[in-house]
Amino acid sequence: MTDTLTGNLTWDSIMIVKAIKDPNFNTIITANAAAMIPVGTVLIFAILTWTKYWKKLFSEWITTTDHKKLGIMYVIFAMIMLFRGVVEGTLMRINQAGALDGGMLSSDHFNQLFTTHGTTMIFFVAMPLIIGLMNFVVPLQIGARDVAYPVLNQISFWLTAAGGSLITISLLIGEFSTGGWSNYPPYTGKVINPGVGPDYWLLAVGLSGIGSTLTGVNFSLTIYKLRAKGMRFMRMPLFVWTSLCTSILLIFAMPPLTASIIMLGLDRYLGFHFFTNDLGGNMMSYANLFWMFGHPEVYILILPAFGVMSEISATYAAKSLYGYKSIVAATMCIAVLSFTVWLHHFFTMGQSATINAAFGIATLLIAIPTGVKIYDWLATLFRGRIRFTTPIIYLSGFFILFTIGGLSGIVLANPTIDFQVHNSLFLVAHFHNVIIPGTLFGMLAGIHYWFPKSFGFRLLESYGRVTAMLWIIGFCLTFFPLYPLGLMGMTRRTVDYMDPAYQPYMFVAGAGALCLSAAFVGLLLTIWRSIVHRKELAVPLGDPWDGRTLEWWTPSPAPEWNYAVLPEVDAIDAFTLAKERGTAYAPVDKYTDITLPPSRYYGFIVGLLAATMGFAIVWYIWWLAIASLTGIVITVIVYGYLPQCGHVIPASELAEADESWRRRARAERGISRDEETAVSNQGLACPDLIPTP
Amino acid sequence: MTRAQELRAYLIGFGLSVVLTAIPFTLVALHKDAQLTLWVLGICAVLQAIVHLRYFLHLSLHGQQRDDLQLVLFTALILLIMIGGTLWILANLTRRM
Amino acid sequence: MTTTKSNYPGLNLGAAHGDDHEAAETAIFGFWIFLMSDIVTFGMFFAVYVTSALNTAGGPGPKDLFSLTSVAWQTGFLLVSSVTSGLAVLNLKHEHSQSQSPRKWLVFWLLVSVLLGIGFLQQEVRDFIDIAHKGGVPSRSAWLSAFWSLVGMHGLHVSVGSLWCLVIVMGVLAQGVIQRWKHAIMSWAVFWHFLDLVWIGIFTIVFLRGLV
Repeated sequence: MTDTLTGNLTWDSIMIVKAIKDPNFNTIITANAAAMIPVGTVLIFAILTWTKYWKKLFSEWITTTDHKKLGIMYVIFAMIMLFRGVVEGTLMRINQAGALDGGMLSSDHFNQLFTTHGTTMIFFVAMPLIIGLMNFVVPLQIGARDVAYPVLNQISFWLTAAGGSLITISLLIGEFSTGGWSNYPPYTGKVINPGVGPDYWLLAVGLSGIGSTLTGVNFSLTIYKLRAKGMRFMRMPLFVWTSLCTSILLIFAMPPLTASIIMLGLDRYLGFHFFTNDLGGNMMSYANLFWMFGHPEVYILILPAFGVMSEISATYAAKSLYGYKSIVAATMCIAVLSFTVWLHHFFTMGQSATINAAFGIATLLIAIPTGVKIYDWLATLFRGRIRFTTPIIYLSGFFILFTIGGLSGIVLANPTIDFQVHNSLFLVAHFHNVIIPGTLFGMLAGIHYWFPKSFGFRLLESYGRVTAMLWIIGFCLTFFPLYPLGLMGMTRRTVDYMDPAYQPYMFVAGAGALCLSAAFVGLLLTIWRSIVHRKELAVPLGDPWDGRTLEWWTPSPAPEWNYAVLPEVDAIDAFTLAKERGTAYAPVDKYTDITLPPSRYYGFIVGLLAATMGFAIVWYIWWLAIASLTGIVITVIVYGYLPQCGHVIPASELAEADESWRRRARAERGISRDEETAVSNQGLACPDLIPTP
Repeated sequence: MTRAQELRAYLIGFGLSVVLTAIPFTLVALHKDAQLTLWVLGICAVLQAIVHLRYFLHLSLHGQQRDDLQLVLFTALILLIMIGGTLWILANLTRRM
Repeated sequence: MTTTKSNYPGLNLGAAHGDDHEAAETAIFGFWIFLMSDIVTFGMFFAVYVTSALNTAGGPGPKDLFSLTSVAWQTGFLLVSSVTSGLAVLNLKHEHSQSQSPRKWLVFWLLVSVLLGIGFLQQEVRDFIDIAHKGGVPSRSAWLSAFWSLVGMHGLHVSVGSLWCLVIVMGVLAQGVIQRWKHAIMSWAVFWHFLDLVWIGIFTIVFLRGLV
């Protein structure tokens, strides 16, 4: 019976209580994991109190609308969720290694694991990493002070965090869906799964989805309207191009997901019949809607990584990007074509061979622009002055491994073949083979590349390189065995198997998963040790890599106002041009006051209320749900009336900071590319350019 | 544009919309031939949408900034692909199941 | 028609509004972008409606439930409301380039539009209750689920739009016709026109088609 005050919540909903009442292997593992949430929260609160950081936390971070800080917050959030995702993946692989005729995990536990693993990794690791990097880099690269709607940007972040908090709390209170990250009905409908699991999925993904849609609006608007003077479309850096295309994908691909979530929600809560087994429901409609989102989604995940690859291949080869126009054209083709292939995710659902063939051909076509980009990057590196830094290690891994993953995609694009390997481990191997060497390596390379710009010091190369190798080796060990397994017929999402021929491959995959866990630890160590050594690694003058694009034309860390005087450009790679002409650090004539958007509680309040509302809806606590929703409406209206006075940075302060930076840059010698990873790198480059043919 | 011209645009749009609404409503109310009615419904709806876009929303194919046209035309393309694709796929599935 | 290019889609404030017109380029274009995503969401509900059109599962169908007169009234309310919203924007453009102009006509046309919108909603709610009484509840069949959600989604947007307009009216009265309210009125008007556009789709594909 649903209680009015606490809805369906009972003491038994809490994982720890469940484990005490019914201790077995599965409940104990889950309870321990769940316990990390209250323990972690208390720990964080304790640290904040001990270091007296509370005030700064609120004034500098929670209420910020600064795109740079929001970008950093997105990445930190993603890293926390990555921890969970890696643990889940490792647990599954270890289970599989010993799962011949029954594994150590129950099927219910395993099903929740693969569901939360997929949902977390896609919506709460990959998307925030990408959006975080876009947030930090795009306004800097286009020579702007911030995005078009800084407050909306803040709201997007807190909505994403709200979604993340729901999937996190599901570990402690209640349970998560067992329907996979795509959450297909009627399995996830009210009849078969009346519990809270699918509802958590709906609210977590739905709320963060709204945040992502708003990000798409914000960034496409920013790129269209706030570019520096002279920065025509064909003079934009490639990362900006891919961010623009990603934003367009976000705008148009999130609506089908929102629609399918609303419809499934209506089915579950109000007894509607969109996707039910009876009274006219059509479950195939859900698959159609979900993948109309799902396919562009994976291009959302990969395009920014492609953008990073464009930037680092040019910078670390000290050459301008080869075939700029063709890469731009290829990016736009990929963006448009990504809307025409979604059926390949359900070739086996029962439609005619004609439809399958049409979508199969469209899928094959996408390989062409992708290939163009790879050739262009290779051509960029060719005869360049390549430095084998951590980002380039990731790039190398990407070249080989992502291409293999893409080829396995070409194999799957053929409906006839797909009928054999659909939902087998071959498919699992394919998508990990494109997401990890593609998205993850791209994001990690981007983090290494832009870390100095955000924090003022480089990451340790030694740790970075080892970590990169661990990711590469770990990936190969974990996922290459899955290809033959899939061809041998092993299905995905199964807790155990009966064919002993699978086991050796599963052992290798299990070992690989441990290697990947080590890689994650390596990442944390890289960051920690770099923080410890930040004085030696400092690059205050802002240009540690002899960068080509505008973001390197500021000190490191980038000041709050980005540019004391907004730059004007007349070519691609404007910063390189300025360095060649010797005008990069010339003194500026005039500084004027700048007004920056104010800090607001707006986004944080909306996020908090949204998370509360989501939790209340999941547990049928109606008074709380209505109260939170009303709260959100009131917050939006009230902020609509509040005056929008920003804070002014006086010209004198700008002049002082900017002039001291320029003076020092003019006075110092600068380093050659050979010293790039040495302590002598203060962020000033002595141009070392290969002339473009 | 002068205010009078802009006002006239709204009134023309209103007039055309009324006509394009009255025709389908009347046809349905009078229970005319189904095939004919459906065609008229479709055509009137499309025409009225164009009237709204032109006279109320002031969109036109000339005199519009490139960015704005790109946005609306691209959206139209996406709608075509998504709705058209959905109809094609689900009709096919319904026929086969 | 004029040959001056517009800076952003829809009716432009014009150079007489100075900074407000300049800033509107980003603000209004941004709102159009958001609106495009909203249109796609509606498109999905339309697609699901059309593919569920025959799935009445033995329950009541359109001919049992729809009232042509009621739909005609709703269409009338929304269409006139669209025109009056246009009159509000015209008033904003021509009477308020200096913020000292009297606000009463601007407020009048905005309030008329909201009133008509509420008239539309009242008819629609009565319709829904009536349909439910005849057994046309959304849990009865897939077609009914699609009907209630598509038309309901539109009604929800009209409700939000009406609330938004009231917020704008109060803002204009309290703070004057400042930049933020100018941009809000322009955005709201575009939103309102689009709701009428979506209604064309609804009355054609849902109501008229259903009654043929």
